[in-house]
Amino acid sequence: MITAIKRILISGVRHFWRNGWLATATISVMSLALSVILGLLILSVLTESLILNFQNKIDVSAYFKKDVPEEEILSVRNDLLAQKEVKSVEYVSVDEALARFKEKFKNNQDIMESLRVLDQNPLEASLHIKAKSADQFPAIVSFLEGMKYKDLISKVDYYENKETIKQLTAVVSAIRKVGFTLSLALALIAILISFNTIRVTIYTLRDEIGVMKLVGASNWFVRGPFIAEGVLHGIISSFATMLIFYPIIFLVAPYTDEFFPGSRLVDYYQENFIQLWIILMFFGIVLGAFGSAIAIRKHLKI
Amino acid sequence: MILFSNVSKFYNSHPALEDINLKIHHGEFVSLVGQSGAGKSTLLKLLIAEELPTAGEIFFDKQDIAVMSKHELPSLRRRIGMVFQDFKLLVHKTVFENVAFAMEVVGMGKKEIQEVVPQVLQLVGLEQKANNFPGELSGGEKQRVAIARALAHQPDLIIADEPTGNLDPLNTWDVIRLLMKINELGTTIILATHDREIVNTLNKRVVSLDKGKIIRDEENGRYIL
Repeated sequence: MITAIKRILISGVRHFWRNGWLATATISVMSLALSVILGLLILSVLTESLILNFQNKIDVSAYFKKDVPEEEILSVRNDLLAQKEVKSVEYVSVDEALARFKEKFKNNQDIMESLRVLDQNPLEASLHIKAKSADQFPAIVSFLEGMKYKDLISKVDYYENKETIKQLTAVVSAIRKVGFTLSLALALIAILISFNTIRVTIYTLRDEIGVMKLVGASNWFVRGPFIAEGVLHGIISSFATMLIFYPIIFLVAPYTDEFFPGSRLVDYYQENFIQLWIILMFFGIVLGAFGSAIAIRKHLKI
Repeated sequence: MILFSNVSKFYNSHPALEDINLKIHHGEFVSLVGQSGAGKSTLLKLLIAEELPTAGEIFFDKQDIAVMSKHELPSLRRRIGMVFQDFKLLVHKTVFENVAFAMEVVGMGKKEIQEVVPQVLQLVGLEQKANNFPGELSGGEKQRVAIARALAHQPDLIIADEPTGNLDPLNTWDVIRLLMKINELGTTIILATHDREIVNTLNKRVVSLDKGKIIRDEENGRYIL
């Protein structure tokens, strides 16, 4: 058994080595297919960072009546944090709100003058709540509007932002759906093209397969080296794809970093090089091994 | 050793072989003669189960080939060495590897392979070409590699289907002499040919086929059609 496996592996590697051009052609097409997959992976990371960026900008603010003591606001904050929909809650005290207001309007003389005339802080303390995903805001708002907090809260600004949040939620979900469908379709096309290349490669070797069978080789003894070769094609094409993408990433990063704020493409690629390679290698090996196994099937019927 | 009992083979209701009854014993050298389309190749294909008979039974020793399962096929074929008119060598393997392949298939060890392959190549006169690829050999040399391959795993039977069809007269006789030598060492040989001169010179058993039927079966026969 061990001898047979050893022979199958040696034969696979030898065949790969001696069929230089055929191997190069197969690896090239597989690399193209894997490039599509890697491209889609990176694109999904970029869109996720875009979506995250959007979501980080959306929050709902609850303003508290002037007479509500700080402890009570902090206790509401704790109640909110216990909700599964809530990602974070920021407390802005009355003084902090004023400081931010002043900073924001420091160049607007009229507003600054009005503040001085008023001689007291007109702003309310508030909690700024971020949800784990944009479609969870209604649940958070209804929690805040419950009887328990009715006397504490003066205003929840959700209704003013409701339309924006709703639109954004729709956009986010559409991007995900379209992205997923498109990825699936493109990946499928890439896989089919690769499979076809493998099929043609094996078709050119059908006579050889027939001879092996007539000499008395079992199906596994014939199939094995082709699968081993397929695995080799997968490993090499995944590595080739990773290398080809390296300079491309450097070239496009300045543009993507601008368009997708916070994406840091070069860092992402360098930090995740091994993980991405493993993912591609998995696809490559599955494609090479299964492709060969399926393509060889009908030639074994001798 | 081999028994064909009322064997027929039809391709789309067209008969390729009809009611064949044939017995071949261990150590025999049988020439199967007939014109193209007489059914020689079909008969050989039935013997290695490349085709299945439409009717009848084919026994190799006590095994009925016609009812063999797919898993039993390789073990049958390992007992037979095949030599084809178009050589059917593995083009991506060297001469040595081609011969070794037949031995690897039957599970022979590395040591044995390293020992036997040079001996067999010496027998066919190709020990100098062990590292060449089939593409670098002449027709006669290719056929000698094919014979070496058929021989290497010491099969009980060697089937040669028109082995000299693509060879010049000098190489033809080299191949025939080799087959005779192998037969003298105890291996059964079935030689399908339509070369009158070979058959007449051999002076061995001749089975003549015509239109799918055996029309003559003679010891020390001659090519008469």
